[in-house]
Amino acid sequence: MLSVRDLYVSYGGIRALKGVSLEVNKGEIVTIIGANGAGKSTLLNTISGFLKPQKGEVLFNGLRLGRQPAKIVKAGICHVPEGRLVFANLTVHDNLVLGAYLRRDRKAIAEDLDKVYGLFPRLKERMRQPAGTLSGGEQQMLAMGRALMTNGDLVLMDEPSLGLAPLLVQTVFDIIEEIRGLGKTILLVEQNAFKALHVADRAYVLEQGRIVKEGRACDIANDPAVRDAYLGTKSKGGGGVA
Amino acid sequence: MDMTYIQGILMLAGINLIAVLGLCLLTGFTGLFSFGHAGFMAIGAYIGALMTVPPSTMPGSIGGLGLPFIFGILAGGAAAGIVSWFIGRITLNLKGDYFCIATLGFGEATRLILNNVQTFGGARGWPGVPQYSTVLTVFVVDVIAVLFLANLVKSRHGRNMIAVREEELAAQIAGVDVFRYKMIALIVSAVYAGVAGVLFGHYMTFIQPKMFSMTKSTELTIIVIFGGLGSISGSVLGALVLTALPELLRAFDIWRLVFYGAAVIVIMISRPKGLMGGMELSPAGIRKIRAERRARLALKEEAAREAASGGRS
Ligand SMILES: Nc1ncnc2c1ncn2[C@@H]1O[C@H](COP(=O)(O)OP(=O)(O)O)[C@@H](O)[C@H]1O
Ligand SMILES: [Mg+2]
Repeated sequence: MLSVRDLYVSYGGIRALKGVSLEVNKGEIVTIIGANGAGKSTLLNTISGFLKPQKGEVLFNGLRLGRQPAKIVKAGICHVPEGRLVFANLTVHDNLVLGAYLRRDRKAIAEDLDKVYGLFPRLKERMRQPAGTLSGGEQQMLAMGRALMTNGDLVLMDEPSLGLAPLLVQTVFDIIEEIRGLGKTILLVEQNAFKALHVADRAYVLEQGRIVKEGRACDIANDPAVRDAYLGTKSKGGGGVA
Repeated sequence: MDMTYIQGILMLAGINLIAVLGLCLLTGFTGLFSFGHAGFMAIGAYIGALMTVPPSTMPGSIGGLGLPFIFGILAGGAAAGIVSWFIGRITLNLKGDYFCIATLGFGEATRLILNNVQTFGGARGWPGVPQYSTVLTVFVVDVIAVLFLANLVKSRHGRNMIAVREEELAAQIAGVDVFRYKMIALIVSAVYAGVAGVLFGHYMTFIQPKMFSMTKSTELTIIVIFGGLGSISGSVLGALVLTALPELLRAFDIWRLVFYGAAVIVIMISRPKGLMGGMELSPAGIRKIRAERRARLALKEEAAREAASGGRS
């Protein structure tokens, strides 16, 4: 569904991605784990068209994506940004409706709105409240709901559990599985490697702008080097940091 | 104070208002700050003069096409708009402060170029611009400018611009073509500034690059912020007050700019969102302000009740 090929992205002189390639197949949850500054957000922002690559390409369903973010949304890629970024002054409801900005199919929009409220009852209770008054977890749900309202097939999620209380973190990961249940494909970027590897089918490990490992999520979770570096559980072998 | 003096101040305020309204869209509604819009005013003033000044008869005088005023206004606005399109292509992808610095560069570059183009008189300026600006023309253009802007802001386009200002990335994620709406805002603001420049030249009857320096750009932006971001009525009030103030303070001689500065600071401290930040003086706007006040009061009462009952349990 999504293939990223040999992507190079820089900020001025700083190389953030140095030849990243990856594949996401329909119906999968794929996770990219990596430390702070590894280039995870840069990768998602490039896929969404917010950043222009120096080299490499992104194919979606076999087609090269246009350069304009609006076209990419239209093609079916939706983005749940790091730090949620909801419209604080608009109500929860208006934020969700805004997700359907590019759609004209009123009936389907209303159905999707029901679906989103079904998925997030909390948002339904607070639909008339300004989004800025929501708690961090609720704003995260709102950002996810808004992305679903674009009706994209591929959902990019940038650290959805960042800054949430442990109990809410579990809720967020439960929701990610439910979203897959709606027939969506998910590319999930996380620092919380343990949870991410638990929900994902496949995983890539990103380090300083390069993919250093890839494989089935359960294999990556059992990889000694990954356990040391990202899961905080010293394996008996005790290798160095990968 | 005689009538012509007051009339003069009103003309200046009305001319400033046109440029300020454009910036109101760019800064107040779309969230882009500019310190170079005097450059667009200059382009408007010079192209406008080129249209209306009669063809040169004496050697040494700078001739134009001798067309009626309306062609001057249209050409001046159009020229500024076209230039802004080029400027936008190269600068609108810059983030926040960098865009602001680029506009500053553009404004100063325009002034310096005009300073050195001898065809238009260079730094000595261009005298003999016909005195076509009247209270009536300025007033009519003001009314058109306000009506067009008020409708634009209420339209889907206007809401897209506000979305860009509020959360650019979130707007992009929803599929708003951020670059396009920034471009529209920039072009409209440049056309407004250009038209203001035309009217200014035809009021002063003399134009000189020095009139369109960074000080002028800054003055325009100060008026927008003083009036309140995202408020058309605020821009109107701001343009009136801040154009008249330095004139009324003329009696204080060199101290007047100190008073001007102090007045701006006092307003910004007492009303940090500017005179009218986000509010409008229109029937719908006033209803909205009232509704919001009621909602705030209701919320406060509810909180008080909750606190009281919480204290008992
Ligand atoms: N806007 C920016 N300007 C310059 N450098 C940046 C910018 N954003 C990110 N970087 C750098 O690019 C690298 C990757 O950042 P990022 O993609 O945000 O990492 P992650 O999301 O994995 O924490 C880091 O070294 C970071 O400092
Ligand atoms: Mg990140």
